[in-house]
Amino acid sequence: MRYALFVCVDESVEPPEEEALPTAWVQEMDGRGVRQFGSRLRPVADATTVQVRGGEVLVSDGPFAETKEQIAGFDILECKDLDEAIEVASQHPAAAFGTIEVRPLWED
Amino acid sequence: MVATLIRMTRDWDLAEECAQDAFAVALERWGRDGVPRNPGAWLTTTARNRALDRLRRGATEAAKLREVAALPRTDDEPDDGADDGTVEDDRLRLIFTCCHPALPLEARVALTLRTLAGLTTAEIARAFLVSEATMAKRLVRAKGKIRHAGIPYRVPPAHLLPERTGGVLAVLYLLFNEGYAATAGADLVRQGLCAEAIRLARVLTTLMPDEPEALGLLALMLLHDARRAARVDDAGDVVPLEEQDRTRWDRAEIEEGVRLLDDALGRDSAGTYQLQAAIAACHATAARPQDTDWARIAQLYGRVAELLPSPVVELNRAVAVAMADGPAAGLELVDALDAGRELAGYHLLPATRADLLRRLGRRAEAAAAYREALDLVSTDAERRYLERRLAETAAA
Repeated sequence: MRYALFVCVDESVEPPEEEALPTAWVQEMDGRGVRQFGSRLRPVADATTVQVRGGEVLVSDGPFAETKEQIAGFDILECKDLDEAIEVASQHPAAAFGTIEVRPLWED
Repeated sequence: MVATLIRMTRDWDLAEECAQDAFAVALERWGRDGVPRNPGAWLTTTARNRALDRLRRGATEAAKLREVAALPRTDDEPDDGADDGTVEDDRLRLIFTCCHPALPLEARVALTLRTLAGLTTAEIARAFLVSEATMAKRLVRAKGKIRHAGIPYRVPPAHLLPERTGGVLAVLYLLFNEGYAATAGADLVRQGLCAEAIRLARVLTTLMPDEPEALGLLALMLLHDARRAARVDDAGDVVPLEEQDRTRWDRAEIEEGVRLLDDALGRDSAGTYQLQAAIAACHATAARPQDTDWARIAQLYGRVAELLPSPVVELNRAVAVAMADGPAAGLELVDALDAGRELAGYHLLPATRADLLRRLGRRAEAAAAYREALDLVSTDAERRYLERRLAETAAA
C-alpha cells in the first residue's frame, strides 16, 4: 500500500538544525525500499493559494489553512500495511517535535 | 465464523453478509433436507463459497480472490475440531484489529461488540445512548478505515505486542465500566456490557494464556461484578462498601477472581490491572468491613501510583491510609492533594476530606467540606448520599 506522510511543524519554533534534518532517515528508508519519493518544502511565506470561483481564478498568498503547524515536507511510502507506515513515520526526526500525518493514497 | 471469513476475504462487510446469507440458505435447506452432521462446518463452507462467488464477480478484487483460493478447502473438514487452532487465531487477530490505535476509541468499542460479541448495531447504539443511524455510520467508517488505511488483520509482532495488548485490555475495561456504571433502572443492554466484557476477557485469557495482565483484568472484572447486587439499594442509591450486605456478594465469582489473580501474581510481573484486582480482592475476601486489610490496600495503591502516577490513585491511597493509620494520617495526604490543585472540581476530594474531618470530630469543617462536594457532584445517587451525611454531621 502507498501512503503519504505529511511532516507538520510549527515554523515559528526553530528546532536544533542537525536533529531536524531527516538526512539519515531518508537514507535509511530509501535503503529499505519503503520511501519512494519526497521533499522538504519551502516555508509558507513562499506558498501561493489558487482557487477557481465562478470561472474566475483567485490567487492569493499564504497557505490554504491558518494553523499553528504547517506542512514542512512530504514523503511517499510503499509499505506492507499501516503498522509499517506508523513505524517509519515514528522514526522521522520531526515526529519528536512536530506531527506526522499518515494518509493512504487513493488507489483502487 | 465471521472471523474466519474476514481472514479469508479481508473484507468485513462481505464476511458479515456471507455469514448471514449462509444462515438464510441453512434455514431453507435444513428444513427440506434435514440438519447436516456438522452444522458449524456446513455453515462456514457455505459462507466461504458465497464469499468466493461474490469475489469472482469483481475484477478489482482479484487479489482477494487469490487470497481465498490459496487457502485449503474446508468442505470435507473432519468435525473433530482439527482446525480449532485456526479459528482461535482468527479471533485473536480480530480482537487486535478491532482495537487498533489508528481507530477512534468509540469505534474500537463498537467494532468489538459488533464483530466479537455479535451484538446488533441497534443494541450497541442503545448501550452507548446514540441513534442507530449514528452507530451504523460509526461502524461503516471504521470498517472503511481498516480497508483503506491498510490496518493489518493480524496479531501484532512481539515488539508491538505489549503496547497493543494494553490497548485491547483498555477497550474491554471501558466496556465493563460502561456496564458497571449503569444502575438498576438503566437499560438491560447497558448492564449486559459487563457480561460481554467478562466473556471477551475470558476469550482473551484462553488465547493469550501467558499474559498476566489479561488474567488480572478478568480477575478485576469478576471481583467488581461479584458485588453488583449489593452496591445499589432498592431506591437506586449507591450503598458504600462498608454498608453493603456481604451475603449478597457472588461467592463463586469472588473465588474465581482470587484464583485467577493468584495465578497472575505468581508470574512476577504485576501490572496495574493485577494490582487493582488485588485491592478488589482485599475487599471481597473480608468477611466484615473491619476485617479489611487496609495496610495492604494502602501499600497496593502505592505500587499502582508508581506505575501510573495519578492524583485519583493518590486520593484512594489516602483513604486506605486513613483506615489503616487513622483519619489524621489520611487527612494529611488529602490536604497535600488539595494544595496541589490537580483535583480541583472533583467532588470526591472534598467528600473524602469531609468524611475524615467528621471522624476527627471537626464537625464545622466537615459540614463545609460536604457542602463543597455537593456543589460539584453530578449524579443523583451520590448527591443523596452526601446530603444524608451533611444532615448527620449538622445534627450531631
